[in-house]
Amino acid sequence: MPDWLATLLISLLKAVLLVLALLTTFAYMTLVERRLLGRMQLRPGPNRVGPMGLLQPAADAIKSIFKEDLTVTLADKLVYTLAPIVAIGMALTAFGGLPAGPAGSLLGENPWVYNLDAGILALLALTSMGVYGIFLGGWSSGSKYPILGGLRSSAQMISYELGMGLSILGLLMLVGTTSFQGIVGWQSQNGWLILFQSLGFVLFLISSFAETNRTPFDLPEAEQEIVAGYLTEYSAIKWALFQMAEYVNMITASAVMSTLFFGGWKGPQFLNALIPGVSDWPLVWLIVKIAFFLFLFIWVRATLPRLRYDQLMRFGWKLLLPLALGNTVLTAAFLAFRGQGSLWFLGVLSLGGVVALLILSDRVRTLWNQPSLRRSDPVRAGGD
Amino acid sequence: MRTRTDAERGPTIEYANFVIMLLVALGIGIVAVLASALLGPKKASRTTLMAYESGNDPERGGVGTGQRFPVHFYLVAMLFIVFDIETAFFYPLAVAYQRLIPFAFFEAITFVLLLLVGYVYILKKKVLEWA
Repeated sequence: MPDWLATLLISLLKAVLLVLALLTTFAYMTLVERRLLGRMQLRPGPNRVGPMGLLQPAADAIKSIFKEDLTVTLADKLVYTLAPIVAIGMALTAFGGLPAGPAGSLLGENPWVYNLDAGILALLALTSMGVYGIFLGGWSSGSKYPILGGLRSSAQMISYELGMGLSILGLLMLVGTTSFQGIVGWQSQNGWLILFQSLGFVLFLISSFAETNRTPFDLPEAEQEIVAGYLTEYSAIKWALFQMAEYVNMITASAVMSTLFFGGWKGPQFLNALIPGVSDWPLVWLIVKIAFFLFLFIWVRATLPRLRYDQLMRFGWKLLLPLALGNTVLTAAFLAFRGQGSLWFLGVLSLGGVVALLILSDRVRTLWNQPSLRRSDPVRAGGD
Repeated sequence: MRTRTDAERGPTIEYANFVIMLLVALGIGIVAVLASALLGPKKASRTTLMAYESGNDPERGGVGTGQRFPVHFYLVAMLFIVFDIETAFFYPLAVAYQRLIPFAFFEAITFVLLLLVGYVYILKKKVLEWA
């Protein structure tokens, strides 16, 4: 067997294993989310199917496969079927580029499926392909609520993708590479990037909540407002595929945040003094960090009310975008004129930005809470 | 245990890996849809295949439902294209930034200022207001 064929077969094996692992994680995420939401609301959550409800995900999966797969008469059959496949395909592929350890640490193989030099760009491209799944699903359903959800989601996701793309520019300026391995390597030498880019991290966190359609930004599927948005006409496994895509996106977002800002698969160095080499356990640290962010996603869901749609758009365009641009300019200015100052000064500046934002939160709230244009105003910008 | 380095494999193989990952991911979706189509019951009637409209008969139907929708969505999409191109220009600058300072700083500032003019214009035109 030629060498390249062996390599490709190993990649195939890794891809299949990764997909299965992600789907299992997704299934148990639904259980963990329901149990945690239950705990947060002082009730037990699902605990009947299997011990501690552990078989609940399996029951849900079997049920959704054996459900009747309805397609509304007026729907566009082909696009209607393809949309969930596109959504899940893009969501799963995005995860494959994230490194879970140094090269060759997975039984002699590399612990990632693909490693592109422009890793971050590929990831952003794949997440923006995800919007096609949702929008085409909404458009092709041949019904009113789905198209509303689809329009909302496309506008929301592209708006917050700007904030997302701009908020990591400061990070890229510091690191000087777009490959994930390079970023993890930089962090193991200079310290976690959250220290130097806390403002960028906050913006990235908020945008990734919006990108994955999670509360407080889950407008595309706001149950109380537009039934279930783009999911209204979907049943059986197609519905489950959309849910799957959302949760896999959540896992990917958590992994990206851990990799970009929290040292990736490397743990904190000072722990090495307690147990030698503990900060280098690949996979373990990455999973711990991902679990933390997933908990954060659920916690926020149980805590914050949803934004109104106009508030959501104003929040993205009037606060997130200028701040991300400001963060970029701040980092650029620091790097250009740092003189003898070391990186900690940038960390203080960035943290100062976050603190200022928190202190001023009552003032800046008017940016997105109160429209400066009312429906009754005579002069309209675009008119609808 | 033999460790292959990236240099041995070459960059092309990573793109092949990417395609493999994409095919596997899409394949999972296709298999799931096929399985559900084979295993699920097929007892659809005229009413179950009707579009959902809170219990009423659908007023207008069909793909896209033929509704008019606010021009805001169109404007936001256009603005996204403009600003996303800006981001695309920023990425190479950011990666090569440390090698190009301080010249690159003034270049970046000029670029950002030009964009801010456009941004302030759309703010003043109240394009970002969803009243």
